[in-house]
Amino acid sequence: MPARRRLTLRDRIVVTLMIGVPLIFVILLVWLPALSSVALSFSRWEGFGGIGSIDWIGFENYKNIATIYPPFWPAIWHNLIWVGFLFLIPTPLGMFLAVLLDKEIRGSRLYQTAFYLPVILSLALTGFIWQLIYSRDQGLLNALLGTQIDWYGDPNVNLWSVLVATAWKHTGYIMLIYLAGLKAVDPGLREAARVDGASEPRTFFSIVFPVLRPINLIVLVITIIESLRAFDIVWIVNKGRNGLEVIAALVAQNIIGEASRIGFGSALATIMLLISSVYVVVHLRATTRGDDR
Amino acid sequence: MKPLRWPRVVLHVFLTVMAVGWLVPLLWGLFNSLRDYDYTGTHGYFSFGGFTFQNYVDAWQRAEFGEKFLNSLYITVPAVVLTLFLSSCAAFVLARFSFKLNLTLLGVFVAANLLPPQALLIPIYRAFREVDLLNSYTGLVLINTAFQLGFCTLVLSNYMKTIPHELYESAEVDGAGVSRQFFTLTLPLVRPALAALTTLQVTWIYNEFFWATVLLSDGDKFPITSSLNNLRGEFFTDYNLLSAGSIIVALPTLLVFFILQRQFVSGLTLGSTKG
Repeated sequence: MPARRRLTLRDRIVVTLMIGVPLIFVILLVWLPALSSVALSFSRWEGFGGIGSIDWIGFENYKNIATIYPPFWPAIWHNLIWVGFLFLIPTPLGMFLAVLLDKEIRGSRLYQTAFYLPVILSLALTGFIWQLIYSRDQGLLNALLGTQIDWYGDPNVNLWSVLVATAWKHTGYIMLIYLAGLKAVDPGLREAARVDGASEPRTFFSIVFPVLRPINLIVLVITIIESLRAFDIVWIVNKGRNGLEVIAALVAQNIIGEASRIGFGSALATIMLLISSVYVVVHLRATTRGDDR
Repeated sequence: MKPLRWPRVVLHVFLTVMAVGWLVPLLWGLFNSLRDYDYTGTHGYFSFGGFTFQNYVDAWQRAEFGEKFLNSLYITVPAVVLTLFLSSCAAFVLARFSFKLNLTLLGVFVAANLLPPQALLIPIYRAFREVDLLNSYTGLVLINTAFQLGFCTLVLSNYMKTIPHELYESAEVDGAGVSRQFFTLTLPLVRPALAALTTLQVTWIYNEFFWATVLLSDGDKFPITSSLNNLRGEFFTDYNLLSAGSIIVALPTLLVFFILQRQFVSGLTLGSTKG
């Protein structure tokens, strides 16, 4: 490390500030609150009074969540459906579109634009736009099908309606990531496969796909993150009730509004943290491995 | 000229059908935003006619979009500037110097970006209430900045690592200190990455919904994305009005997208190809 020895006192101060200030931001506003959520999850606190009024009750919140909090298991189930759905439908579709568009066909730009236009809209806005399609009396879908289904309101179908709207956005995002990844694949690899007489699907699955490993990992993490964080669209539709329970919305419900149950909400938040720690580790391993290269 | 081949034709037909299908929700919204409510009321939505701009005028007034746009501006601009500046600083130190803790520090930033915001809600809400940041633009700017730092730091430090070390060495010979190296050497060289990140961050922070919903209680301060709800009545909804409102809200991101399309696309993929 030759550069380091030569640093003057002034430079040392500058370097410390440059890394220190952003670090303080992240620690103070992300890590400390995350740890506090874990700590508060062992307490009962209505949020009034000082820290002294907190009741420490051990694992009772967790016990209550698992046993006597009706929306919890549906929420877990819905989050699982969410991630499963995104993996099974929009992710392969986005990848398929990327493979097709990677062929340098005429009008590729136009097709691409159509598919990733939804990506730049917020999920909240996506929720609103799809309302025009899902509305029971005035929506496009019922008019086309001749049905009278309340797509956003009926607890039997609303999760799927919301998922279709989410997939609309997710597909474009995945397509874009794979398009970038495919551009980076060495053309020589495909050429060699073609000379050997491999079919196109065969080339893709046994040559290109394994090379895309880092991209696959990113897509995996993004899909799980989006599923766990699912909030905006659900909140827009009905604040996460009546068939649309998801964990993120349950946390919000327990803190906003009259009855703020801080300990209870924190336990839900901690469950989210635990789930997310799995993919954080996966992602960090991928990132740091990239650094070693 | 290649002869017309069937697989190509099938491919184009497939892509065209998919692309048009993909645009239907947006086009349907645009179409109905331009139609009179009474006209669609009597003729149904499957009709043609009754075109008007009145929905836009009404939506603008009913949802106080003028004011809400300003609110979004007060949150988005400082947050984007602060995020990019702080992450450039952090990325510079992480890419330029190597200490033992380098990877750990990068991990602290990146992992923070991956945590679900909802999991931090309660302590943030309480802390902001204590220090009077609840219901303020400053609070939203701070939390958005903290959240986006990880992604930007990762992308920028990857980018900065491609700057050859010799450049810094010759700058040092010329007597440039660390801060001069940062401002006159590094920042100009990473301009493409900064441009891409700016477009991304503008859309993300402008679109941010969760923190704005939970940290702001005062309707006057809501950014434009959370104020669309004003157009949705409790018992009946004017879909033409709602369409117009949605289009108005989407307009800035669509503009940013079409003007800076190239940066946007490379920005979305910057972090991923290096992962």
